[in-house]
Amino acid sequence: MADCSQAGSGRHSMDKSITLPPDEIFRNLENAKRFAIDIGGSLTKLAYYSTVQHKVAKVRSFDHTAKEVDGDPLYEISVQEEITARLHFIKFENAYIETCLDFIKDHLVNTETKVIKATGGGAYKFKELIEKKLRLKVDKEDEMSCLIKGCNFVLKNIPHEAFVYAKHADSEFRFQNTHPDIFPYLLINIGSGVSIVKVESEDKFERIGGSSIGGGTFWGLGALLTKTKRFDELLQLASRGQHTSVDMLVKDIYGGAYGSLGLTGDLIASSFGKSATTDKEFSKEDMAKSLLHMISNDIGQLACLYARLHSLTRVYFGGFFIRGHPVTMHTITYSINFFTKGEVQALFLRHEGYLGAIGAFLKGAEEDNPNQYSWGENYAGSSGLMSVSPDLNPMQRVRSGTFDMLEMDRLERQLVNLPLLQDPSSYIPDTVDLTEDALARQYWLYCFEEALDGVVNRAVASQPDLPQAVERAEKFRQKYLHKLQTLRHQPFAYGSLTVRSLLDTREHCLNEFNFPDPYSKIKQKENDLALRYFQKVVRSLEKLTWEQRQFALVKGLLAGNVFDWGAKAVSDVLESNPEFGFEEAKHQLQERPWLVDCYDQWIARLKGPPHKCALFFVDNSGIDIILGVFPFVRELLCRGTEVVLASNSGPALNDVTNSELQILTERIAAMDSVIQAAIKEDRLTLVQSGSSSPCLDLSRLDKALAVVVRERHTDLVVIEGMGRAIHTNYYAALSCESLKLAVIKNSWLAERLGGKIFSVVFKYEIPPQSPGLRR
Amino acid sequence: MASLFRYFQPRHLLCATGLVVAAAGTAYLVRRLRKRAELQEVPREPEEPTNPCTSPSPAVRTVEPPSFPWFGIDIGGTLVKLVYFEPEEEQAEAENLKNIRSCLTSNVAYGSTGIRDVQLEVKDLELCGRMGNLHFIRFPTQDLTTFLQMTRDKQFSGLHTTLCATGGGAHKFEADFRTIAGLQLVQLDELDCVIRGVLFMSSSGPSECFYLENPNHPEQCFLKPFQLENPFPFLLVNIGSGVSILAVHGRDNFRRVTGTSLGGGTFHGLCCLLTGCSTFEEALEMASHGDSTRVDKLVQDIYGGDYDRFGLPGWTVASSFGNMISKEQRDLVSKEDLARAALVAVTNNIGSITRMCARNENIERVVFVGNFLRGNMLSMKLLAYSMEYWSAGQMKALFLQHEGYFGAVGSLLELLKSS
Repeated sequence: MADCSQAGSGRHSMDKSITLPPDEIFRNLENAKRFAIDIGGSLTKLAYYSTVQHKVAKVRSFDHTAKEVDGDPLYEISVQEEITARLHFIKFENAYIETCLDFIKDHLVNTETKVIKATGGGAYKFKELIEKKLRLKVDKEDEMSCLIKGCNFVLKNIPHEAFVYAKHADSEFRFQNTHPDIFPYLLINIGSGVSIVKVESEDKFERIGGSSIGGGTFWGLGALLTKTKRFDELLQLASRGQHTSVDMLVKDIYGGAYGSLGLTGDLIASSFGKSATTDKEFSKEDMAKSLLHMISNDIGQLACLYARLHSLTRVYFGGFFIRGHPVTMHTITYSINFFTKGEVQALFLRHEGYLGAIGAFLKGAEEDNPNQYSWGENYAGSSGLMSVSPDLNPMQRVRSGTFDMLEMDRLERQLVNLPLLQDPSSYIPDTVDLTEDALARQYWLYCFEEALDGVVNRAVASQPDLPQAVERAEKFRQKYLHKLQTLRHQPFAYGSLTVRSLLDTREHCLNEFNFPDPYSKIKQKENDLALRYFQKVVRSLEKLTWEQRQFALVKGLLAGNVFDWGAKAVSDVLESNPEFGFEEAKHQLQERPWLVDCYDQWIARLKGPPHKCALFFVDNSGIDIILGVFPFVRELLCRGTEVVLASNSGPALNDVTNSELQILTERIAAMDSVIQAAIKEDRLTLVQSGSSSPCLDLSRLDKALAVVVRERHTDLVVIEGMGRAIHTNYYAALSCESLKLAVIKNSWLAERLGGKIFSVVFKYEIPPQSPGLRR
Repeated sequence: MASLFRYFQPRHLLCATGLVVAAAGTAYLVRRLRKRAELQEVPREPEEPTNPCTSPSPAVRTVEPPSFPWFGIDIGGTLVKLVYFEPEEEQAEAENLKNIRSCLTSNVAYGSTGIRDVQLEVKDLELCGRMGNLHFIRFPTQDLTTFLQMTRDKQFSGLHTTLCATGGGAHKFEADFRTIAGLQLVQLDELDCVIRGVLFMSSSGPSECFYLENPNHPEQCFLKPFQLENPFPFLLVNIGSGVSILAVHGRDNFRRVTGTSLGGGTFHGLCCLLTGCSTFEEALEMASHGDSTRVDKLVQDIYGGDYDRFGLPGWTVASSFGNMISKEQRDLVSKEDLARAALVAVTNNIGSITRMCARNENIERVVFVGNFLRGNMLSMKLLAYSMEYWSAGQMKALFLQHEGYFGAVGSLLELLKSS
């Protein structure tokens, strides 16, 4: 039923001697508002909304009406302050509640707040304390509604929120992709009892059933049988026990399997059945294990019966019985597998413990319309999922004093699927799951650690005039290094570990220490340089025959892509030899046939009718965008194809951002009539992707982009670069033609793909049943 | 309750409104009662031959009944159930048959653990043309070896080389029967036997099947006979040590829907561990004196009353044994309270699963059988009430007088059929 409202061992003693590391835990408290609290049987979850002041890099075009002076930069960069919204969630043991409330009272500057939303069984118990300490009125919210609200929120906003637990697999956690439509689903909340709730939409849910045999039964009956008081200790006992000495198995009755019914001999026929017929002492471990199986199987069975009756296949489990305990996740998973013959998978949630607090918070924040926005997990501020080893000393867990945190940033735009995904529900952005691929994981973790010095140096160099750049950069190093270390031991901490998540985590950490755009100056310089060659490149292309030109355009696109500071091999060359030119890059490229070579099919296609509209996800600044992408785009425009250029909303490495691209496009238009006409006639459009990542998640794109793509009947998607076309989207299936191209600038990865460094991937795909070439 | 049971004793009722089963097209009477004058003839549906001694073909033919003794045995995880047909005395009866007869029928208890359920005995029954009484005997499975030694000592094996047996033990102890008692077991499918037994016994008359009226009112609760004609489809919930749930759509058309390991063995086992009792009867007795609401956490314990948001009345058990997580409360409860809580938990859980199965299978009629319900009016009331309450009156819990003996009856019927 509800979360457990009473702790087994009676009163919690208030531990006041604890000193909190405040900077780490209750961050951004000065501007905090809209508090919510969820007090369970042993853990308190506090939620608040706050604003974060961040430095952001802005670019602004100079007035170029005057004659261009050599050496003048194209645009100016300024670092400004920006305020963004962030949700903070902190989870700690009830024992710290008083200390924490004191701390909040002392640091809360903004006193507009009058009310704190509260939920959970302990909300009553601590009502007076909260009201006295914080001078906020406690406003109690229904627990189940909070739980569902919270669940909807995390399912919608946090990629890889749900996972399947597989005890004996290479990776215990198999994360699920966010389904475009999270409804309907079944939530089985295993608190002291069990509630089975069917959730049909944001506001429509129904408790369709429940059971009195739940976590409280395990705890209460377990305490009676084993004289063990703590829930965690009982789980420890259970994980060491043998249930077969207590349970009556099918083989105890039949002597073997009951073949005609398909019941195997090891199946439990009667829980505790042997204790009725055998006159002997049973060990605590064995009884606890038998109890655990009995309860897990029973809940699993009921869950399946309800799932079948309501034709639901997505079944999430939560409640204190589950909460990160591998033992119970395993037995529940086993039971669900058994009863549905694998048709339904038991799903668990990374932030299950926060659902009530998130829901209570959302109820209090309705006037801010939190559901209108998209939110993103901040990897820098969130603790991530910790492993709870069943072998851990229970006492260690009890008094661990761990403060777990979840931070979510409000994103500036609403994110949606690319409408051109063939099957949004099965789309997985990432090519390699490092959670499962141990070898690749080791390599990339090493690789990112190796590259850290360079990143730190560039971060410092990007802010020569700003205070404490060196100190902040050092803090960034420590933070990111710590994240890498955590991920080495718990690769599942933030969902599936991928190259993308490693890159994103680095961006989040850089932002956290006010390095919004370490590459801003480098990008500026490269853009300036490349622009000077634009006309020359276009002129030389125009001299070529059609066939020659097409090849040169593709080669230019690929050569441009060699200029990528994100890849270590290249940044080494670029830093030591700035003269490394466009032509030289072309020589570095692999000769045809390429590692993946669909060039002939592409040319054959180009001989056919033009595409209606091409969506181009661009990559790097400088040579890549100006000398590689623009000539290619120019050719498409000349063919009569409309072009939508999608670039990052915020900075990431040396990727060109939307605001930079706007300036660049203006400048190019000024010297090229084709581009100018296309802009004027609205045949060339710039959109932002909604992302600030060097990789690309096609299931989280700016809503405006999706609208444009649909309106223009986009029939070609071009994805460029390692981050967007190799680390992510290599296997993405689109419903229209697509071109994925990149130069592999990492020898390890190249080798893995069966090639050498600077191997070329040129992947042209036509979806099945597409009119494509036949048109 | 005991008095109610007495009132509805099989014999009493059989005499009042007994049933003659006349197979259309066959003149053979399977069962009949002696007082024909009082009988009301009810024609049987032709496609359901219950007569174990007739072949399914309509040809009128009298099959030679097997030689005596007639036994059916069901060896479960906890209990062995034995039915014995005691024919009217014959002068020419062999000595060892007489031995069996006197040994079984002159006692109500065998050794320290074997029991004949006298109140269940069906008298004046005609089976395969022979009149006689049907006896119902049970003993713990762990005493099977003693039983086998006894049969060897009494030289039962000289009479029969085969014995129809069902239940898991028919497989597990097959070798023991052969080596210790010299008996060859004919192993029969358990579910088959149970269903045959249920259909056979319930067609005997309104006495066999009953339901509870006003299960939640201590004073006004009483048993009401239920005519189980045209029984299909129905859900058969067999609660032994564990639980099997069968969807029965016809005599030979049934399927095990699911089962649960939380059954009679769980109640009994938990009581042994929690209270130190040893027999099922002791556990039941304790439960009848206990108060589970001190052990369980109720909805009202959490919400102070009903949880209206979800239509949960305050008396609903929110967490079985949920109060036992606190040491203070653990110190307050009695062994009887714990036994009662175990009974309520196991029973309600069976009720929930059954209800869900019934809805999934689209079946409204539910028949509960199995030895867990023997003398267990508490559980019957709980099941009756919960089925009705949570299905908003749509489902009814039906019970049968011979709770746990249907497997054994079914295997006896097989013996008569196979001869």
